Amino acid sequence: MLATDIKPLLKNFNEYKTGKSELKAEFKEKNPTKPVIYVGAGTCGLAAGADKTLAKVREYLKNKNIEADVTETGCIGLCSSEPLMDVQIPGFNRISFEFVSEDKVEGILDQIFALNTPKSNILAQFRSKDFRIWENVQFLDEHPFFKPQMRFVLKNCGIINPGSIEEYILRGGYAALLKTYSDYQPVDICDIIEKSGLRGRGGGGFLTGRKWKFALGTESDHKYLICNADEGDPGAFMDRAVIEGDPHRLIEGMAIAAYAIGAETGIVYIRAEYPLAIKRLKVALKQAKENGLLGDNILGTGKKLEIKIKMGAGAFVCGEETAMIHSIEGKRGMPRPRPLFPAVSGLFGKPTVINNVETLANVPYILENGAESFNSLGTEKSKGTKVFALSGKISLTGLVEIPMGTTVREVLFGIAGGIKNGKKFKAVQIGGPSGGCITEQNLDIQIDYESLIQAGAMMGSGGLVVMDEDNCMVDVAKFFMDFIQRESCGKCIPCREGTARMLEILENITHKPGSGESHSALERINGVIQLEKLGQVIKETSLCGLGQTAPNPVLSTLRWFRHEYEQHIFDRKCAAGVCTELRTFKIDVDKCTGCTICAKKCPTGAIIGGKKTPHFIIEEKCIACGACDEACKFDAILIF
Amino acid sequence: MDLIQNIDTIIEKYPKSERPNLIPLLQDLQEHQGFLSEEAMVKVGKHLAVPVSNIYGVATFYNQFKFEPSGKYHIKVCRGTACHVLGSSTVLVELEKQLKIKAGSTSRDKMFSLEVVACIGACGLAPVISVNDTFHAKVSAASIKEIIESYKNM
Repeated sequence: MLATDIKPLLKNFNEYKTGKSELKAEFKEKNPTKPVIYVGAGTCGLAAGADKTLAKVREYLKNKNIEADVTETGCIGLCSSEPLMDVQIPGFNRISFEFVSEDKVEGILDQIFALNTPKSNILAQFRSKDFRIWENVQFLDEHPFFKPQMRFVLKNCGIINPGSIEEYILRGGYAALLKTYSDYQPVDICDIIEKSGLRGRGGGGFLTGRKWKFALGTESDHKYLICNADEGDPGAFMDRAVIEGDPHRLIEGMAIAAYAIGAETGIVYIRAEYPLAIKRLKVALKQAKENGLLGDNILGTGKKLEIKIKMGAGAFVCGEETAMIHSIEGKRGMPRPRPLFPAVSGLFGKPTVINNVETLANVPYILENGAESFNSLGTEKSKGTKVFALSGKISLTGLVEIPMGTTVREVLFGIAGGIKNGKKFKAVQIGGPSGGCITEQNLDIQIDYESLIQAGAMMGSGGLVVMDEDNCMVDVAKFFMDFIQRESCGKCIPCREGTARMLEILENITHKPGSGESHSALERINGVIQLEKLGQVIKETSLCGLGQTAPNPVLSTLRWFRHEYEQHIFDRKCAAGVCTELRTFKIDVDKCTGCTICAKKCPTGAIIGGKKTPHFIIEEKCIACGACDEACKFDAILIF
Repeated sequence: MDLIQNIDTIIEKYPKSERPNLIPLLQDLQEHQGFLSEEAMVKVGKHLAVPVSNIYGVATFYNQFKFEPSGKYHIKVCRGTACHVLGSSTVLVELEKQLKIKAGSTSRDKMFSLEVVACIGACGLAPVISVNDTFHAKVSAASIKEIIESYKNM
């Protein structure tokens, strides 16, 4: 039994098979019969208060007795403007509002239902052929944040209701899967994907089509397809957004991939930290199954595919293919040496292909529009588009999908509107704990796998964390080392011991020496020399990708910000003021009233002075904890 | 004895002697009980025919599993990169000060527990914390106080 959702698609499919029509289901803009209100309710939207906005919208409609649909969508990608609310009045363009906190709802809806253009909070209006335009409102595709973007993966995110398979199909969804089943042999699909030049979006950048061919070429009674949604890389959240906003795209991509390699079991390995994504994916899987797009006999073609969800349990190393396989098998998530590659012997010893969410989400587009269409975008070796997650000290944060080859400058200063609060740009960290920094002088490099590596960074999963003059690069390096050192699985010695030692050295540099450490300056210099040597050894001798890339953040900051390290070592100063232990505290004698409260609070007894006379801080004893500053009521503590 | 039965009913849902079910089973147990007790792990071992030492090895490997009950309000502080560059370390220090507990522990009155997590995935709204899976975006050392107070008064 098929639900009604699927009927238009099936009709189209049957006509296509008999040569009567094009399969590309053209999206017909439905003119809704009643107003529709969309609220962006991804994790980020909810964090910004979308749930309150939603409740307010419902309350408003009830109080005013207005009949309208309220739809929760995923995230359109402009996180810094959340909560977002769209309204579509029948016959009018869909119009989008930003910063719609609960108190703004009433004013906006009052205006819009009176068919006036509200004065504030307008983001843009959607473009359409038939509907009436809102005067003096810019179009979404002209908005500086959206204009340079090319959205394949994020096409539907934040626009459709992720809980409706029908909306996905209306926008051309599952057409690529049907085309796959009717027109191609598995090897053709591998060829098309290889020709398109699609490379793994999770970090390694291996040619996806070639990986599939290895698995296809391995004889086995059972094969597995694993979707890596264990987005452990701090600073990247595109996979979460795709699953929350457009889960059927992932399912379609997985179904095509499974057909190409001959797998009948698909597994989505997803982080337990993404409860909303898991919930939406479960709903989508159920819908796909109910409509015969998954299961034992997919749409009567005799093909089989079952997709299961496995929740990760919080281990960064499980993003590594072999570690993930061990985790799914119920073991400690530790990697093993390769070869044998998983495509030959993976999960339970069977051929296994592991692809990242974004990689698989690109597949339907390629099948639908052809390899050339994808191949024509990008640089020589990196094709198509890439989604980046922008965060940190930047005006507009969120998700952007741009063609490969766009310059970093264009992304940061064109799309994202430059640095927040007019501060000076320092660096952008790309690729998370495996990546490195891009500095001012490298801002004009074109984003692709190779040029990023040349600049000492890495594509990784595409997290862009922007840093300004208030950030200390030694501190950033220490942050990553601390992360990696905790996440190292402990199997191989270079990574386990090496990262701990690197962290120790960095802590030594940012730590205030106690008294009696006369040789400490020398040790610190020695430390930096060791950092470089140690980093090289860890890179060359570690077992898996985690260890091999672990020293990158340190090596990259050492390369571009050596002067900051030197300042920390020789001058014992942190110019950005982030390394709090390196601050110097003094007491302003004019302001100090001698109340003695700071002397009482000081944990090391570094403050001396009699009652009602100005106090004094003994520098050798001071550990720069700041307790005196907090205690002082007269603002007499000076910090340098 | 209620607790023991609960463990049994959860375990019975999973087929016997199937190792791949270990992690989902542990996750299920933790979701219902809040933590993994020694007793639960021994029972899981018997059910799946895996040595308990092995189960403990798996459970301690992953960050998700806890071996102590958490508080009524479980606070997760995101320490991802974006949160870090926007000052999540000061947020963490402030939380520790306000709750008078260290990260990874539970307050004596069992009201609050504090955990540091790698990345919640709401980087665009950093720094972020979550209290029992309700997210609070763009928090600062100053706004922490209000958030904690609102839960204390609930």
